[in-house]
Amino acid sequence: MANKQMMARIGQIALVLLGISFITFALVMLAPGDVVRQMIAGNEDIMVSQAEIDALRAELGLDKPFIFQYLDWLGRALQGNLGFSYMAKKPVIEELLGRLPATIYLSLASLLFMIVVSIPLGIYSAVKRGSVFDYVVRGLTFLGVSVPGFWLGLMLLWILGLKLDLFPIVGGTVSLETIILPATTLGIAMASKYTRQVRTAVLEELHQDYVVGARARGMSEKHILWKEVLPNAMLPLITLMGLSLGNLLGGAAVIEMVFGWPGLGRLAIEAITYRDFQLVQGVVIWIALMYMIINLVVDISYNYLDPRLRKVR
Amino acid sequence: METVIKGLRTNRAFAFTTVLVLLLLLTAVAAPILSPYDPTEATMRNAYLPPSAEHLFGTDKLGRDCLSRVLYGARASLSGVLLLVTTVFIVGTSMGVVSGYFGGKVDMVIMRISDMMISFPGMILAIAVAGILGGSLVNAVLALTIVSWTKYARLARSMVLKIKRRDFVEAAVVNGGKPLHILWVHILPNILPIMVITAAADIGALMMELAGLSFLGFGSQPPAPEWGLMLNEGRQQLQTAPWLMVFPGLAIFITVVVFNLWGDNLRDVLDPRQEE
Repeated sequence: MANKQMMARIGQIALVLLGISFITFALVMLAPGDVVRQMIAGNEDIMVSQAEIDALRAELGLDKPFIFQYLDWLGRALQGNLGFSYMAKKPVIEELLGRLPATIYLSLASLLFMIVVSIPLGIYSAVKRGSVFDYVVRGLTFLGVSVPGFWLGLMLLWILGLKLDLFPIVGGTVSLETIILPATTLGIAMASKYTRQVRTAVLEELHQDYVVGARARGMSEKHILWKEVLPNAMLPLITLMGLSLGNLLGGAAVIEMVFGWPGLGRLAIEAITYRDFQLVQGVVIWIALMYMIINLVVDISYNYLDPRLRKVR
Repeated sequence: METVIKGLRTNRAFAFTTVLVLLLLLTAVAAPILSPYDPTEATMRNAYLPPSAEHLFGTDKLGRDCLSRVLYGARASLSGVLLLVTTVFIVGTSMGVVSGYFGGKVDMVIMRISDMMISFPGMILAIAVAGILGGSLVNAVLALTIVSWTKYARLARSMVLKIKRRDFVEAAVVNGGKPLHILWVHILPNILPIMVITAAADIGALMMELAGLSFLGFGSQPPAPEWGLMLNEGRQQLQTAPWLMVFPGLAIFITVVVFNLWGDNLRDVLDPRQEE
């Protein structure tokens, strides 16, 4: 990727972050109830004196007009200060960094599940198109994309955790034992989607002229599949994989809730439920940033992997 | 519409799945007749009864009949998702049509906003919007509309750009047709089939997202018998009353499967070029 394009992409990321932060900020202002009061009392019904509220309001600069508040926040955020979390009783940035490892482990574990399951299944069902195997795979993946993840998670928890007692059912910690169920839950939905895409991509390549040509020249099917078709078919799938990784980092919130997994998604939900708005703001920006950086990295690597793109630029 | 009716006669898979969709809708409409009990009537001494002949799906913490709640849940969940699909469809399509037809600054603003939305994981924003605005079905629909309209806008815009250059549209412009007339009579009818296919194929996914928000407590509120919310309530009794979690989830699952199948078949009927 040329430098100019790189700069344009980074500029775009900055713009999106600006937009997202503005939207969340505005939403918080629109939110029903007194933010400051909730900051002190949380969701509990504690008596808070008006003087106390006013003091904190002035301290946070929340008595100023909206746009100044936003600029204040932005100025501090640019210096790496995302505010203080009342829920966690520590700076927002610390809480975000603390939750990051759990989310990364879970994302990588689900991604691993997805790759291990979907690539062989997708390739094999494309090669054996129309066979019983192909139909079974297509049927299962159809069910896999239609099952609500949170329900699947609860069912796994109930059957494998409670009935068969194979896995711990109490969440909250990060370990090999506790990661299997949430990673499988996320992995099943992703693998189902991905298997279909691998299958389609391989089928498409199998119909290309060069395959017909290679067959005509008497090359073995094995050689055609491994050396010609697969490298070509896998390329576009990398982008999709990057997108799913980005979605995992941000979108696994519901599954993290089901399993009590201490990651960023669950942090977002907790922060919203607790009305800890500095934290909400921080989590949303953080997830957006990670998502966009991953997409950027995927695009760059794509450029290196696909020789056609390299030549043009 | 004619194609759809013809499809019902010729495409058996489409006919079959259409019947299934109608059955689901019928269940929702006929919930009061089908339900053995009142879905909101609490009878405390019947709390947490496991499934039996009397209560096929068991009862919840307030002794409410779970089968009746699942049946009534079809009303809440289906009307919720239909409202959502309609809103997303209307907002997205009109934004895309306006953007594509008028171009210029309007187009730029709409497309920049839409760029911003796709470079961001939608579900987390939806959770934030619904959560901050406060849990209710309407807020959940609003939140998901905000994150989902861009897909429709892009699709509609690209189709409008193509059709705009066709002879019959240019002829209408030359003949002094007013923009609204041209949009309504010449452009909209041509993009509708693809837009409808997209919306139909999306019902299942949107249903899961809506149920997901309810599951987190950011959608329908108690005591509404809504499937996502019932799962949320059932989740807390996973050890003592798993039936409270099994049946509402199964209802969502079946509904999503039916709508996904129907969406696939509708695409085959309306847009026969694409094949699996």
